[in-house]
Amino acid sequence: MPFAEAIRLALRVIWTQKMKSSFSVIGVFIGVTFLIAVVTVVEGMNAYMTESFANKLLGVNTFQLRRYPGVQMGDISSETRRQWRRRPRITYEDARAVEAGLTVPVLVAWESSNRGTVEYDGKVARDIDLIAATEEWFAIREMDLETGRAFSAQEVRTGQPVVVLGNELAERLFDDRDPIGREVRVRRIPYRVIGVAEPQGSVFGMSLDKFAVAPALSPLKRFVNPPRVLDELKVRANSQAELEAAIAETEAIMRSRRGLRPTQESNFSIETADAVLDFWDRINQFLMMALPGLVSISLVVGGIVIMNIMLMAVAERTREIGIRKSLGARRRDIMRQFLVESATLATVGALMGIAFGLGMAALVQATTFLPARVAPWSIVVAVILGAGVGIGAGLYPASRAARLDPVEAIRQE
Amino acid sequence: MSGESLIRVSGLTREYRMGAETVHALRGVDMEIRRNEYLAIMGPSGSGKSTLMNLIGCLDSPTCGEYWLNGVEVSQMQDDELARVRNREIGFVFQTFNLLPRASALHNVELPLIYAGMSGRERRQHAARALERVGLADRMAHKPNELSGGQRQRVAIARALVNDPSILLADEPTGNLDSSTSAEIMAVFEELYRQGQTVVMVTHEADIASHARRVVTLLDGVVNSDTVREAA
Repeated sequence: MPFAEAIRLALRVIWTQKMKSSFSVIGVFIGVTFLIAVVTVVEGMNAYMTESFANKLLGVNTFQLRRYPGVQMGDISSETRRQWRRRPRITYEDARAVEAGLTVPVLVAWESSNRGTVEYDGKVARDIDLIAATEEWFAIREMDLETGRAFSAQEVRTGQPVVVLGNELAERLFDDRDPIGREVRVRRIPYRVIGVAEPQGSVFGMSLDKFAVAPALSPLKRFVNPPRVLDELKVRANSQAELEAAIAETEAIMRSRRGLRPTQESNFSIETADAVLDFWDRINQFLMMALPGLVSISLVVGGIVIMNIMLMAVAERTREIGIRKSLGARRRDIMRQFLVESATLATVGALMGIAFGLGMAALVQATTFLPARVAPWSIVVAVILGAGVGIGAGLYPASRAARLDPVEAIRQE
Repeated sequence: MSGESLIRVSGLTREYRMGAETVHALRGVDMEIRRNEYLAIMGPSGSGKSTLMNLIGCLDSPTCGEYWLNGVEVSQMQDDELARVRNREIGFVFQTFNLLPRASALHNVELPLIYAGMSGRERRQHAARALERVGLADRMAHKPNELSGGQRQRVAIARALVNDPSILLADEPTGNLDSSTSAEIMAVFEELYRQGQTVVMVTHEADIASHARRVVTLLDGVVNSDTVREAA
């Protein structure tokens, strides 16, 4: 029997037994749904991490010089934490020395932050990221302003009480009114609003637009750090190569300032987006390693179900097999008929799983911050797995059907 | 009686093992069937006529003895070779029709051609012609359960004939039919015989057997009598 004919026959059998067919493919269906949904979401996460998370939070070609890492990944022992807290802080002097010592062309900004309130006209916005920074901060973050202007080098140096608000904060305090030139209270200190940033979006569902940024030396400095101390020095280079050179220089400058011997570990942290991405890669790899296990469990179960359904089909259709044999069907014709049927059944299950999995991924995308990226390989793998499970599960029932004795088979009621 | 030898069996024996016991269904049958014979095999139940029919139809292989069909020894053949012989040389008509219930009359008739490897269009033409031959040109798309008993048996006859077999093998072809329909089916056989078709029929009903030109009776696994009648 030609192959196309066999598939047509299989589809007809599957269609006439819709209920039984849909039960029998449930294992394959679930396995494939899972595969597609997880891969799609993980790939989405992947794209999200590389395209927005790391760059939004840490910036492109940018490193942070800190006392200890700002983005902490994985299991960190309390011993490590204690050691971190014993490290000296990054001082204004450290920052100026690095700035002066770097030979690579870079942008440099100080940043310190704490959480606190911003008030205007009786309205209080709590839990706002209050940032004290230098003028290049906006350039490094690639932050454009919606209205107004950023603060200048001179305003930083002289510690002017001017502030740029995050988009959501500005909206909350001012509604439709123009905030420029109005006086808000940042930690109860009067500040004049000079600009509002463009919306920055969100990371993992947390808004990036609830901040207020003011000159590093303005009165806010008292609330974000002890005197003459900063959280981090942000350095942005023009390229990956220059970034690496700048990191090496910074490390050398800091180690010499702190008088570290070559055998001693650095007592400061230099953090890049790559480090975060490396960590994400590890999570990613773990997920991708766990996935085959989870998928194969449901596929094995699905295969067993299909095998049993096929054995039942062979038993029920013994007479049909006998008739076909009496009309000249050879063993391989019967074998092929049942293998194709079982493979078609499982593939139909896999196709439904793909559709449902994509639907679920779309639902996740619509209802959460997680994006969905369909990985073409996962669809190919799903179809191959489906057909493979079907053929594997069909082998034994099909060979039993093929070996039936025609005289006995045709007598079956 | 005319034509050359089509079937020759000699010393045909078939034993079944039933647990510790051995059942001797056939104990050495010798027989010759010529082309364009109309033969009935008779005998009480247990006489071995179904076993002989299965062996002639290549559904089963003998324990010992020879079976030559069309000058080829089939008693030594393996499974797939037998399937090929069934497909090319034999047309079965069963008591219970044995049509595929979910397939149309046309598709049922197409089945032997599918296993013969014929392409789709040619197959449908052949099958349609076979159905026309048995007077079912207007019932091709019907499923078996939409047809009467007589019509079903005609579909089965069309299916048996579609590959132009050397021999039409009918096992109690009227066993499930009323007397007027039986007469109708016997008329079809008569007509096929007149057109030159070799017909071998197994039956236990004497009046059905009386349509044949030659009657072989079996008893306890051996040929008991072999009578040739005058043309009706």
